[in-house]
Amino acid sequence: MNRFNQTIAQPAQSALSVNKVIKNTYMLLSATLLFSGVMAMVSMFFAMPPIAYMVSVIGAMLLGMFVLPRTANSSAGVGVIFLITGMLGFGLGAILTLYLKLPHGPQTIATALGGTGVIFLGLSGYALTSKRDFSFMGGFVFAGMLVMMVAIIANIFLHLPFLSLAISAGVMLLMSAYILFQTSQMMNGGETNYIYATYSLYMAIFNIFISLLQILGIFGGDD
Amino acid sequence: MDNIWLQIAMAVTIGMMLFFLFPRAMHWMKNGPKAEQGDWMAAVIPLLAVVAFVILLVMLV
Repeated sequence: MNRFNQTIAQPAQSALSVNKVIKNTYMLLSATLLFSGVMAMVSMFFAMPPIAYMVSVIGAMLLGMFVLPRTANSSAGVGVIFLITGMLGFGLGAILTLYLKLPHGPQTIATALGGTGVIFLGLSGYALTSKRDFSFMGGFVFAGMLVMMVAIIANIFLHLPFLSLAISAGVMLLMSAYILFQTSQMMNGGETNYIYATYSLYMAIFNIFISLLQILGIFGGDD
Repeated sequence: MDNIWLQIAMAVTIGMMLFFLFPRAMHWMKNGPKAEQGDWMAAVIPLLAVVAFVILLVMLV
């Protein structure tokens, strides 16, 4: 009888913990996106120079690599994730200040923001409702990220406009695939830490927004 | 992007991230679950929708 009860209880407990991870992730993601937006506005208010973007991204990447793994299993991880997203938002403000000076800047920013929201919600909704396991995309997504990083490092020094556009398009597709993969990981118990899940999804949203902004900036407003 | 030292710092940081990500990529490529019939199609359709949506946004701006 005891064994029978355990058999029923285990899947129920597993489903509960999956639901908890998903709920906590989306709550923390909403809070970090809001905080990031506030920091971007602060940065725009002070008209930060473009150099602030690179400094913030470098700082956030270092925090993500060295500090987050040590704190992700404690409450300090929440503070670290706010620090990372706040820095990225602050850096983003410097880029948005540049775009606002362009003829169609405000329209481009609004379109990129709305587009990013639609892409994220659409892909997350699809992954959550389709009940498919997209874990098979892991190899493709991570190998693609490695290729993109090599291309990004090369273009930091080469400044090739075509390569820059190709990187933006590639990053957009990879991050879209990553949203499917990460959401699926949360649903199937592959990702049990909501701080890591939030960090992953935030980075995907951030990269999609930056890439979309660049693509719209290049192609949009041709008059 | 004019500051060469900042560019080097950015390249080094991304290089470090590459180093961090490499074992994870290798793990997923070797041990990740294999796609079953129809799995890739289910993934490609939303990605194509994203491409179409971006083209639409470019035409709107």
